[in-house]
Amino acid sequence: MATVGRALLILALLAAAYGIVASIYGAVRGRPEWVASGRRAVYAVAALATGAFAILEIAFLRSDFSFQTVWAHSSTTTPTFYKGAAAWSSQEGSLLLWLWLLSLWSSLVLFLTRRQLRRVAPYATAVLLGFAAFFSALLVFKVSPFHTLAMVPAEGKGLNPLLRHPSMMIHPPMLYSGYTLFAIPFAFAIGALIAGQVGAADWIRSTRRFALAAWFFLGIGVMLGARWSYAELGWGGYWAWDPVENASLLPWLTGTAFLHSIMIQEKRGMLKIWNVSLVLATGILAIMGTFLVRSGILDSIHAFGASTLGLPFVMLIGVLIVGSIGLVVYRREALRSENKLDSMLSREAIFLGNNLVLVGLAFVVFWGTFWPLIAEALTGTRRALGPPWFDRYTVPLALVLVLLSGIGPIIAWRRATKANARRNFLVPTALALGLGVVLAAFGAASRPLALLMFVVGGFVVFSVGQEFWRGVGARRAMTNENPAAALLSLVARNRRRYGGYLVHVGMAVLFIGVAASTAFRDARDVQMNPGETARVGDYEFRYVNATSRAQFTNAGNLEKISLGAVVEVRKDGKKVTTLRPDRGFYPSTDDSLGPIGRYLAGEATSEIGLKAGMRKDLWVAMTPNIRAYEPTIEEGNRVFTALQGKVPAEETGAAIGLALRNRIIEPYRNDPPPATFRYIVSPLVTWIWLGALIVFGGGLVAMWPGPDAARRRARARAAARVAEDLGRTQARSTA
Amino acid sequence: MHPSRKRRIRLIVALGAATILAVALVYTSVSASNETVQPSQLAKADPADTYQLTGKVADGSLRERSGGADFRVRDRDGAASVPVSYSGAIPDPFREGREVIITVRKQGATYVGERDSLITKCPSKFTEDSTQKS
Repeated sequence: MATVGRALLILALLAAAYGIVASIYGAVRGRPEWVASGRRAVYAVAALATGAFAILEIAFLRSDFSFQTVWAHSSTTTPTFYKGAAAWSSQEGSLLLWLWLLSLWSSLVLFLTRRQLRRVAPYATAVLLGFAAFFSALLVFKVSPFHTLAMVPAEGKGLNPLLRHPSMMIHPPMLYSGYTLFAIPFAFAIGALIAGQVGAADWIRSTRRFALAAWFFLGIGVMLGARWSYAELGWGGYWAWDPVENASLLPWLTGTAFLHSIMIQEKRGMLKIWNVSLVLATGILAIMGTFLVRSGILDSIHAFGASTLGLPFVMLIGVLIVGSIGLVVYRREALRSENKLDSMLSREAIFLGNNLVLVGLAFVVFWGTFWPLIAEALTGTRRALGPPWFDRYTVPLALVLVLLSGIGPIIAWRRATKANARRNFLVPTALALGLGVVLAAFGAASRPLALLMFVVGGFVVFSVGQEFWRGVGARRAMTNENPAAALLSLVARNRRRYGGYLVHVGMAVLFIGVAASTAFRDARDVQMNPGETARVGDYEFRYVNATSRAQFTNAGNLEKISLGAVVEVRKDGKKVTTLRPDRGFYPSTDDSLGPIGRYLAGEATSEIGLKAGMRKDLWVAMTPNIRAYEPTIEEGNRVFTALQGKVPAEETGAAIGLALRNRIIEPYRNDPPPATFRYIVSPLVTWIWLGALIVFGGGLVAMWPGPDAARRRARARAAARVAEDLGRTQARSTA
Repeated sequence: MHPSRKRRIRLIVALGAATILAVALVYTSVSASNETVQPSQLAKADPADTYQLTGKVADGSLRERSGGADFRVRDRDGAASVPVSYSGAIPDPFREGREVIITVRKQGATYVGERDSLITKCPSKFTEDSTQKS
């Protein structure tokens, strides 16, 4: 099977190379049959990549350890759900996932546009196939997922326990979908620049939905990463300004700016250079994100070992940057604006401000992320920036961004008059200021920046709420519908607009959650014995008793040993909840740790105790002190090492299980050594996840094809049929 | 005002603002950043400065205690090591042999880690040796 997989990747590389040549030849010589052949090469690459990915997945699901990557990233004890997802926990598997998703999305966009953009599409096809060729070449020549082992091991190393979390399994496909989808508007922008069609809006219209989908998936990926960090990493945070986190945020920020500013190009024919630059920058940043994860050039929590992929990626990024700048400069005349900004008090100006803030945010994040390299280049000394530096810039920019997202929906296009400004702004502003006064009276004034975020967030919710209120009122006046029906038909008739508004509300809710959970969080690290109590904020956490258990797989193998605690939480003497944090110790395959030691010295992960609520999250992680068992472990290692070869392996295995139970698991439950607890009481964390859900719900509404789009497609199909019929009639009459 | 003059003034204001912001960005980057060093580069450490120390947790050096841990960090590819005393959250992947990044300040013979600054590189990600041996 590995040989077939390798062959499929080689064929994918050849098909991509052929497709590039065919598309460019067809475009230059005006030969549509070559253009069509180039497009079919994309479909072929998708089919071949699908085959290769399926082979890899099957190898993981069957625990076929003849595949080196399966041996290194899975095991028979890995649960089936995680076996399927372990494929992309490896370098080579994740690159194959990248290629597969890219080829699928490329096929979809080229299929949908097969009768449109005749001058732009061939070059876009060549660019998309260029990406496919690059990733195929990496998989063929650099990091093949189909390397095999001469001696097939009986057991694999297993999937890293930290990745055994549902959100971590969906997180990479979401991120990669975002990255690969951003390649589509990038490719069409390059195609439009080469073909000299960049001033036309049709390439934007055709790829806008893909840009929105990219933004949607990348956003979900980023939020899933944050959720995983909060629930799995045992530190209680959701964002650390780590280079790899930042790398995924960068294209999302510029992509968000692009999605706003293309509206101005579509409506007013303005900002063409800005838009094309944004879409090109977003595509390059998506590739850069992929590169950062693999290069090891920056110190990141998500460690990347030495890799030989850095140079090819740097070369690719270099070509993309130089090519993009060159094309924009070459086509600068065609990119001149058709109109000018009429007033700074207009929706266009607010969109422009929003773009500047988003790009400013992206620049700050980019600068902070790459500062170690910049400093090293300038001074010879590598220096790093921490979260306080990022916060210094991103907090004020985020405040302005949220404020603008409230102003944008209610300010008039072209020029706002005093009368319509008063009509649109009076109520939301008054309500937001009123909210600020109330919150200040309840103590929020102690954190002015957080209070400011609550006020501007409230302003967004009130201004968008006002838009919905008025829209529903107008519909009811026209149609006499009930309020719910009027709301649904209002949204259905203008999904892009009202989906966008929902996104704004979601972002406001999300930022309110971030502000509250950052500014008003109480945290404490404390070592405790059963029966002891720790106070955190208004809550008392009592360590009631220790817990311990061994967990086995369906096949009867020991999956992990969990040592935990029962923690009772009280407020004002009343019981609030009971939390059960624990720490899971997964067996290591490293024999040097000893027959007993390997069960406690392998990877360990925190299973947090969490009581999530709309007002507060009560969060606890615990670390048992297993050093207290070192003498027992050493003794067990000595005894069972001495037995090796003298007693049958099955008997030894049973005896080890008994020893673990009698000497560690049960004693821990009955008489545990002191454990270290990390307690966090954090307000409104749930608002972050809720805000994200509203954002993505709004994104879905905006992406969903509306009746207009369906009508346009039907008209286009009818026109195509008529054209074909006419062509046939003409051909017959000529014959 | 003539439109071209208006445009020129706008451009000058925008460029001026961008220059001020760029200078602020560079200034704060220099003043707020910590030098990234490995243990062997800490020989001349200034107690007044903080450093971002990177390296591996030396085998046999880890002693966990209430609210933190004491351990030695050694060079990635060398034996030079320094003692570190750290208080704060200990990441799940933290253990001997793992690569860590921690913000430290020299206090006597020990390097004291800034609270909650310890990060351990996630061992889940891609390493060259796991893919290229066959």
